[in-house]
Amino acid sequence: MGTFIQLVVDGLSTGSIYAALALAIVLVNQATGLVNFAQGGMAVLSAYIAWWLTGLGVPLILAILITVVVSFVLGAVIERYLMRRFERGDPDTAVVVTIGLLTLITGLCGWLWTYNNQQFASLFSLNTIQFAGASISVRSLGTIVVIVVMMVLLQALFLGTKLGLALRAVAVNPQSASFSGLPVGRLLMVGWGLAAVLGAVAGALVAPQLSLTPGMMDTALVYALAAVILGGISSPIGVVVAAWLIGVLENLAAVYVPFIGYDLKVAVPFLLIFVVLIVRPQGLFGRKSVVRV
Amino acid sequence: MLLELEDVRAFYGPVQVLDGVSLTVPEGGAVGILGANGAGKTTTLRSISGTVRATGKITFEGRSIRGLKPEKVASLGIAHVPEGRGTLGDLTVRENLRVGAYLRKDHKAVARDIDYCLDLFPQLQDRIRSNASALSGGEQQMLAVGRAIMAAPRLMLLDEASLGLAPGTAKTVYEAIGRLRRESGIAMVVVEQNANLAFTLVDSATVLETGRNALSGSTAELKGMDEIRRAYLGG
Repeated sequence: MGTFIQLVVDGLSTGSIYAALALAIVLVNQATGLVNFAQGGMAVLSAYIAWWLTGLGVPLILAILITVVVSFVLGAVIERYLMRRFERGDPDTAVVVTIGLLTLITGLCGWLWTYNNQQFASLFSLNTIQFAGASISVRSLGTIVVIVVMMVLLQALFLGTKLGLALRAVAVNPQSASFSGLPVGRLLMVGWGLAAVLGAVAGALVAPQLSLTPGMMDTALVYALAAVILGGISSPIGVVVAAWLIGVLENLAAVYVPFIGYDLKVAVPFLLIFVVLIVRPQGLFGRKSVVRV
Repeated sequence: MLLELEDVRAFYGPVQVLDGVSLTVPEGGAVGILGANGAGKTTTLRSISGTVRATGKITFEGRSIRGLKPEKVASLGIAHVPEGRGTLGDLTVRENLRVGAYLRKDHKAVARDIDYCLDLFPQLQDRIRSNASALSGGEQQMLAVGRAIMAAPRLMLLDEASLGLAPGTAKTVYEAIGRLRRESGIAMVVVEQNANLAFTLVDSATVLETGRNALSGSTAELKGMDEIRRAYLGG
């Protein structure tokens, strides 16, 4: 029983990291209609900025807060000066641009800070709590709580605020939205900025666990995209639940299904995706998008 | 004059589509723009709402609006109901209406106007929680007009509100717009291929041919002209 609880909590904790990135992807998609593959790279860049600040002697929590602000500006600037040029064109082109951006940012981080592992201090204590025979780290709990808070805030933003409504309207049809007076350009910048903030939080949560490298988020990005497909790209709650599901199932499968073990556990989320795409193509929580032709 | 266009030329890239269009709309008036496909009707509306590059004089309440961004034009009180309706598919009917009121701060009046839209288009009442993409063509057109009403505009630009609708549905939509006009006094520019429908709504109209005004006149004058009858009224 102790092992089981341990595996579940650890799974929730790693799942939370995928969830943070998945939330950022959902945010950009809801606000611009795109899938941003550079989201992981932007999160790594934010983590490096925070790490660089702590190296200058800035306290960790302050460094993360500064990074959050810088990331917002960075996200907005990337939208304004890079993505803006591709938004009116073919969406596929814009998605390829985000893949290019991912490569660029990863290379930039490696060039500025080398590809060596850097130690990133944890926001949460490494102490453990004993519970029903399992030892649960405060860090795992902290990570889970942060993600839940972010998820609730995001859901409230999209469904409960005028800004969220405007962001969604612009994503669906920017020109038509502008006919109702929505400042399309500014809303797109805000969408990207907020997504970069989510990425920065993800980066700060991941970096202490994996140690900071330019490619730190690559695997997490794959899992995050899996969570997005599984949970439904229109639902913040959906993708978080999906990310947790992936984290937990992966852990459980590795231990309880001998055939899978640690080597094959990466296949678990993709098997899940196949099943979900066949049974419920809009994702577990997503809304069906209908287009009349 | 509420809206004045004089010698407006418009371009898509290097291609010139309007070649000197003029149009005036008095306060509370309704003016039709008729013409065949490709005559420049839609482009004329786009040059007003700021979605196509144009030269010439375009003034609203005496101030030039040429070259302004679409959201700025909208904020001055011009609501464009685009060709193809432009409903926001992934948003519900109610959310579409709320987006229409994005610039307004008077919450009570906004709630009243939502009720007014639902009274004007009772079909929308039953679909209030549906995604706009799930609506029929007629309902989407009603929603598009409703969203424009929500902006509390001084001037509405209607682009082919009958496009793709069954004749009965198109008539229902135009009757509702006529009631809106009587009750609200919103001025209108009405682009329409179906001249019979347009004449139920407008006081005067201009006919465009290859980007120019071919002829203009009051509804009664135009109805009496043989060439209009032949070309647009089906004999």
